[in-house]
Order: sequence, then C-alpha cells, then structure tokens
Amino acid sequence: MPVELDEPQTDDDTLLARPWVTIVWNDPVNLMSYVTFVFQTYFGYSKKKAEKLMMEVHQDGRSVVSTGSREEMERDVQAMHEYGLWATMQKADA
Amino acid sequence: MGHDAEGRRVTEGFVRSSRDGRVIASFTGFEADLLRSLASQLVELLRNEVAAPTASNDPLEDLLDFSGPTTEPDDPVLARLFPTAYPDDEEAAGEFRRFTEGSLRDGKARNAVLIIDMLEEAGLPPALEEDGLFIDIELEIPKAHAWMRSFTDIRIALATRLEIEEGDESFWDLLPEDDPRSHVHDIYEWVGYLQETLVHALSP
Repeated sequence: MPVELDEPQTDDDTLLARPWVTIVWNDPVNLMSYVTFVFQTYFGYSKKKAEKLMMEVHQDGRSVVSTGSREEMERDVQAMHEYGLWATMQKADA
Repeated sequence: MGHDAEGRRVTEGFVRSSRDGRVIASFTGFEADLLRSLASQLVELLRNEVAAPTASNDPLEDLLDFSGPTTEPDDPVLARLFPTAYPDDEEAAGEFRRFTEGSLRDGKARNAVLIIDMLEEAGLPPALEEDGLFIDIELEIPKAHAWMRSFTDIRIALATRLEIEEGDESFWDLLPEDDPRSHVHDIYEWVGYLQETLVHALSP
C-alpha cells in the first residue's frame, strides 16, 4: 500500500473532536465519473483522493467520505442527497 | 450534432465552449421533447406525494407542525431520492427528514423546472409537431451543475422503476426489443450518456 503523507494521523484527540462520519453507499445508478466529480466539487478533494473514495464506494459498497461534528455531517449528508448520492451518517466508532 | 446508425442527426451531448467557457449542447426536437417529458414527470412526482408530517400523540402539536415529513416516503423513487440519514436512529432520522426533505424536494424540482424552461426558451414548442427542429442550449456553469444534478435524479427515478441492480447489465442487453422496459432502459442509458458528457465538460 502506498503511504499517504498528506493524511493526518487519527488519534484519540481527533476522534473526540470529530466523532461523526458521513458514509456514501454504492448504488447501481451513479456514474463513477459523477461520484468522483461530486467528491472533488463539494469536499474540495484532489482528483486522486476523490477517485480513491469513489473506488471504495464502488468495490467495498461504502466509504467514509468525511469526518466531523454532528452538525457538519448533517450538512454533508444533505449535500450528498442534493447530488443524488445515497449517504448516511453515524458515530465514528459505530 | 452526430448521426445514428440510420443516418439521422442525434445529439453528441455537452461540450465546453472554448469561446466563452459555457457548456453547450444541441438537441433534435425529439430529444428535447423527451428531456422535457422526463423532467416534467420528475417535477410531478416531487410535488405529488405531499411532504406532510405524520401524526404524533399530541393533536395540538400535529396541527401546529407543518414543517416537514418525518418518515420515509412510500414511493420507492422518493425513498431513494431522500434516503434515511440515520439508519439506526429513527428519532434522529425523523428530525433530519423534517428539516431537510422539504428543501431537498424544492431544490430538485427547481433543477428540473430549469431544464424545462430553458428548452422552451430555446425554441421547443408546447407540443412538438414539426420535423427538423433543433434546440441549442448554452449553460453558464451554475446552470450546468443544476442540469447535471437533475440528470442524476431522472436516472435514479428510471432505474428505480426499472428495478436496475448492480451487475445486471447482461439482463438488459438480452431483453427482447418488444419488452416495454427495453425502450425505457434505452432512455436511461441515453440520459447516462448525456450526463457523462456533462460531467466531462464541467471537469477541470
């Protein structure tokens, strides 16, 4: 596996401060190019990161696409629904 | 415009104009009429099943609460367009739905109405009768995003009605042409093609 240096390490402090996650689930409808585009446009992720998350959704059936406070995740889930992606949220440790 | 197997002119989808950076496409009257019909059906569906709150134990609270629905819509298309945000927490899911579903519905309906209005402003008559009509569309970037999102909603609606599932491509490939689903599936694929060109045109 390649090492990603730009990703912050998740430690206990981070988990306490960012206890919720947004999950995008696979569906048979949305185009791979579209899902990548949404991750780049809405979250501002690099093309590389957006494609990695898209492939996780496609191959694993789901991917954690963002982490943060409950309010932040509700905003992200609503935005994903605006884009027609199937998104849910839950506590990070669930 | 391109040509199909029989030599008829067909749209090639969306491209970014090198002149002014807008996203442009050209449709035949038939294609534009089909897009309008799909967008109209989406608007009708979004406004059809009333976004009403469900009854609680308090009649007064029910009467005063017209803020939004708290339970998943019955229609499977609407249930997919407005998924349950908290799968394991019914109360939180209801609250989320109450505060989001109304504006999500409005936003999706607005995007679909934009498609209808722009096609008509570009010359699509209320009832298409003449042959040889072409509809040229020019989209500023925010409007192109709205079209792109609405194509997603239209494809979700078609796929849900067709019961499309992951990895069932061969089923659709082998479906006899006289099966009514075959025609709808062709339309679903066509909107997917349009969306692919639109995503490409919008990509940096």
